Amino acid sequence: MSDRILEIKNLTAYYEIGTSPTRAVDNATLGIIRRGEILGIAGESACGKTTLALAILRLLKPPGRIRGGEVIFDGVNLLELGEEEIRRIRWKRISYIPQSSMNALNPVMRTRDQLSDGIRAHESGQSRDDLEGRIEGLLKDVGLSRDVIGMYPHELSGGMRQRVAIAMAMALDPELLIADEPTTALDVIVQRGILQLLGEIRDRMHTILLITHDMAAQAEISDRVGIMYAGKMAEIGRTEEVFGDPLHPYTRLLISSIPKLRGKSEPTWIGGLPPDLRSPPKGCRFNPRCPRLIAGTCDTKEPGLAEVSPGRFVACHLYGD
Amino acid sequence: MIMSDSQNLLQVGHLTKIFRSGGFSAGKELVAVDDVSFDIPTEKPVTLTLAGESGSGKTTTARMVLGFTKPTQGEITYRGKSILNMGNDEWRRYRREVQAVFQDPFGAFNPMYVVDHSLKIPIQKYGLAKTEDEIRRLISDALEVVGLRPEEILGKYPHQLSGGQRQRIMLARAFLLRPRIVVADEPVSMLDASMRADILHLMLDLKRRWNVSFLYITHDLSTAHYVSDSIAIMYQGSILEMGPIDDVISNPLHPYSKLLIDSIPIPDPGQRWQEHVQLPSKELQTQISNGCKFYDRCGARMEVCKAERPALGQEGSRSVACHLYRA
Repeated sequence: MSDRILEIKNLTAYYEIGTSPTRAVDNATLGIIRRGEILGIAGESACGKTTLALAILRLLKPPGRIRGGEVIFDGVNLLELGEEEIRRIRWKRISYIPQSSMNALNPVMRTRDQLSDGIRAHESGQSRDDLEGRIEGLLKDVGLSRDVIGMYPHELSGGMRQRVAIAMAMALDPELLIADEPTTALDVIVQRGILQLLGEIRDRMHTILLITHDMAAQAEISDRVGIMYAGKMAEIGRTEEVFGDPLHPYTRLLISSIPKLRGKSEPTWIGGLPPDLRSPPKGCRFNPRCPRLIAGTCDTKEPGLAEVSPGRFVACHLYGD
Repeated sequence: MIMSDSQNLLQVGHLTKIFRSGGFSAGKELVAVDDVSFDIPTEKPVTLTLAGESGSGKTTTARMVLGFTKPTQGEITYRGKSILNMGNDEWRRYRREVQAVFQDPFGAFNPMYVVDHSLKIPIQKYGLAKTEDEIRRLISDALEVVGLRPEEILGKYPHQLSGGQRQRIMLARAFLLRPRIVVADEPVSMLDASMRADILHLMLDLKRRWNVSFLYITHDLSTAHYVSDSIAIMYQGSILEMGPIDDVISNPLHPYSKLLIDSIPIPDPGQRWQEHVQLPSKELQTQISNGCKFYDRCGARMEVCKAERPALGQEGSRSVACHLYRA
């Protein structure tokens, strides 16, 4: 079992609508993700975070299409597998908590059946008692009482439904968990509980790709964080480094735009709008909004993602060459 | 003219809303808002935040202030007059001077019309302009006040604008009527962080330059901290703590306020949570007891808390409803 669980290189996924495709994920490189870490992916709406998750899982539906790149999971390029092979990996080895999953539970199924469905689809020949015991264990792991087993989704609060969704994702003991905005739309105390639960799952040596726009949640729980902008990775590094000394001008602005609860430092905002991904600007995609634009360079030449110190990657001409 | 309440522009007293469902005798009762009082003064503009989690009653309170929902009990007075007993002219004036901005900056527009349409309606409804030229000038002025360039906005359909731009247009629409109070229900929670700060700045600007008070409804204490003068923290329909924003945020008194404030993640990996929060392992039974509503979840609960619901009492600069602060 290799320590490198996932590696993403030059992943490109477009939505092919009309004459020019929407380049939702464009040549995105995430480098190596190691077992037992939480890698956060942050960025504004429509930066490609969710498309990235769907592309890794090969769940992208037309008009979405993977155009190239590599997604290497435990030594195997997932993009080269057949449908049946990827189906066997999905859920069992890589599971997924989709956005608003707490509202995606089947309303006419009790918790027991929501959970046993997934287990039976991948593992046959389980006795009823074994299955029941396993489900109780899964609920216990997410801090739910065994009474919840016989309840319908409408009998549960949002936070409890989200924990059922996490229990479903963990049912087959996957090595990698991809969670898309798992705390959005939950109350803050519940959010805190869910983030801490993800931390416990990580501590049991599961790897988590945590997709959320919430920078404070990233700071709280992620070991490393990748900042995505307009379909590309702008910066990747250890969470302490990215927050303590952001390199990319976009990361810097993103961090200073968060209103702080303590201290009265004024949040700033980023002028302009994210680009239209059907016709992104030439050069660096952030150049029309960038306060540190180098004219003649940033607007003509696209910066590659370069390792500026060990494990610290940034795609910006300020740190080039 | 009687001037007894003239110090308060808006005064909300003992406001209660009970929703009843099911049959007449067997029906269930939900106390959505439970004896809530607060006010917005006349002499200077303020921003008061009603903060709370889902089910705290903050939005129901806002809807009653806006006249969308009738209170079960209690009073809302504006310029000394109950909004429930207003004559046509007074009601018209109230609807003009108390404006609303909501969470979803897309849902507030008719997608079939260019945004000019949304801005024209209030002008026509209140007869603010006679000619097309006047209408255009009023719209342009309002857009400029909210920091938009009219030439970039007019003639566009809602889907051609960003969430931040749409929310600014909603503020421009409110501003057209020169409101005294804007009830803003989660106006930034659907926007990206980078645009959120922009709308919050605008709210501060409208308060300072145009004397607009805000009743800001939110679950997000970080943005509340930035724009508000004072805050009321609500839980299950009741205000548990109310006072100047800096005092409440930096030194919350009520155990619920403490838990809530401590649970807000700080965007600094050097200051992570130390304590583990325990989420309920099953649904709490909504108990109809006489005790404190926070009893089941409170780490500092005492015998008296189960028997007797604490009333809001003065504690220095603020009021708090908790037995810990009774002599």
